[in-house]
Amino acid sequence: MLAIYKRELRSYFQSMVGCVFIAFLIAFTGIYFMAYNLMSGYPYFSYTLSGSLIVFIVGIPLITMRSFSEERKNKTDQLLLTAPVSLGKVVMGKYLAMVTVIAIPNVIFCIFPLIIKSQGTAYLTVDYISIAVFFLLGCVYAAIGMFLSSLTESQIIAFISTFGILLVLYLWEGILSMLPSSAISGLVGVLIVLTIVAFYVWHMTENVVLSGGIEVIGAVVAIVLYVVKQELYENLLTSLLGRLALANVFTDITENSIVDVTGIALYLSIIAVFVFLTIQSIQKRRWS
Amino acid sequence: MIEVRNLVKKYGTHLAVDHLDFKIESGRIYGFLGPNGAGKSTTMNIMTGYLGATEGEVLIDGHDILKEPEEAKKHIGYLPEQPPLYVDMTVREYLEFAAELKGIPRAKREEEITEIEKMVRIKDVEHRLIKNLSKGYRQRVGLAQAVLGFPEIIILDEPSVGLDPKQIIEIRELIRKLSKNHTVILSSHILAEVREVCDYILIISKGKLVASDTPENLEKMLGEHNSVEIETGASPSEVRLILKNMPGIEMIETQEKGDGVTWAKITEKKGEDIREQIFTAFASAKTPLLTLKATGMTLEDVFMELTQSDTVPDAFIAKTKWEEVGTDAGDL
Repeated sequence: MLAIYKRELRSYFQSMVGCVFIAFLIAFTGIYFMAYNLMSGYPYFSYTLSGSLIVFIVGIPLITMRSFSEERKNKTDQLLLTAPVSLGKVVMGKYLAMVTVIAIPNVIFCIFPLIIKSQGTAYLTVDYISIAVFFLLGCVYAAIGMFLSSLTESQIIAFISTFGILLVLYLWEGILSMLPSSAISGLVGVLIVLTIVAFYVWHMTENVVLSGGIEVIGAVVAIVLYVVKQELYENLLTSLLGRLALANVFTDITENSIVDVTGIALYLSIIAVFVFLTIQSIQKRRWS
Repeated sequence: MIEVRNLVKKYGTHLAVDHLDFKIESGRIYGFLGPNGAGKSTTMNIMTGYLGATEGEVLIDGHDILKEPEEAKKHIGYLPEQPPLYVDMTVREYLEFAAELKGIPRAKREEEITEIEKMVRIKDVEHRLIKNLSKGYRQRVGLAQAVLGFPEIIILDEPSVGLDPKQIIEIRELIRKLSKNHTVILSSHILAEVREVCDYILIISKGKLVASDTPENLEKMLGEHNSVEIETGASPSEVRLILKNMPGIEMIETQEKGDGVTWAKITEKKGEDIREQIFTAFASAKTPLLTLKATGMTLEDVFMELTQSDTVPDAFIAKTKWEEVGTDAGDL
């Protein structure tokens, strides 16, 4: 694992992608820092950081796009998969290298609150927690990007799809406000989700009885619940899907100084799920 | 050493490997021979753990490659069809990475890499980026990677592709040298190469193992007759007349080729050499011979016989065989 980690990290800096990402993120944050904290005298660095979130949406796909797609295209995955190293370690080695690249600018960000402090009052706790959560959010995005990279042979497709998904997640709040909140629309939403799940099960197992059973039983349960306890469905869509607005955990800290511990747990679980999915998608390719 | 049991690999509905069964013993050089798309690379990819099998199992030194992959993979060095090189690294960096990946202890790493670099003759390019190397050098770097750690089994998928004739000879020598302490398995669609290097040949066609034996035994398999091919200006009947009373002839095949040229294949009786007799017979009949060449019942015949469908006429096989050898010669 260490060998892969070191090689990946070196490759990030040899190919300039890592340098570009770090430079871009720091330069962008630096401009905000100048404008908000130094010129206007706003004491929270966390607020500045929330402006840098947009850099992640372009920057993270940049560092994740080549992770597995290029290995597959150049057939170098044959070296990794035939070496006496488990697949989990290969994936973790690569993921930790990405995490390290993301960590470097965040470590540098730790200086910024101290600069504020040297000029007057600073809120160090909020600032440092927000840097940590900002970093964690980057790790979540990287896990998603790595998974998408493992699905394709093309770096470009990996980049565009990761960028698209991160952008949708970024704008999720706005998209969500367009959803209806009545009970009946909640039911329709549940049925749509159920159908997608049933279709996925059918796609994976090609078992009509199983997938059909899931669809029918699920639909009956959902409709009975609707008849019995209608208020359950009110605002269901917004509250369920609202969880997908991942950046909210971070913006809660930067805007309201509220740390949502469950949100951090959510971040960690999403990372675990996508690392696991990456391993599975590579395994699946070996067997198909 | 390696046991392959009832191996099946399906890509969708296409059967790439069809119930393969064979054993590989230590200290020999094995050759996988088969036309393009026969399933050689797929079999090698399964044996090294890169691909999963649909059915069946592969045991490396008693370890199942799918159930105990890490233990099994320690015994194997693999050079895939396309060398798995990171082109933005230098040769040295790449080999250091591969050595670490294979778990070679830090103390032994430097020494071993230097030794192997000398062995495959890439010492003088060790500080160059792999992307600036020629195909032949890349192939050798890939080979160095496979040999690294001196695993018991070295699997090479078409090792001589892209090399110049001198390099091919060097690689063959290297393979022979390696076979003293290692089991080497190589695949090729070039017959001459396999015959030259291997102690034992596995012929694969359409995913099936159609023959496995030593090259000598395989050549014996389809008979021991040698034959002579000639081209002459005489008509087929004249050819038969000239050769009519010659002892030592088993069979004559003739074919008109247009422009008044006749092609004939004359099969000798066992142990006879009739080339001089044919020449003097045609000379005394004042019929010039345009071509005369001896052909053995070679591995090519065995290969063709086994991998082509039965409906192809013999003469056609003999003809394509020569074309094959012609193109291969350029490669060798």
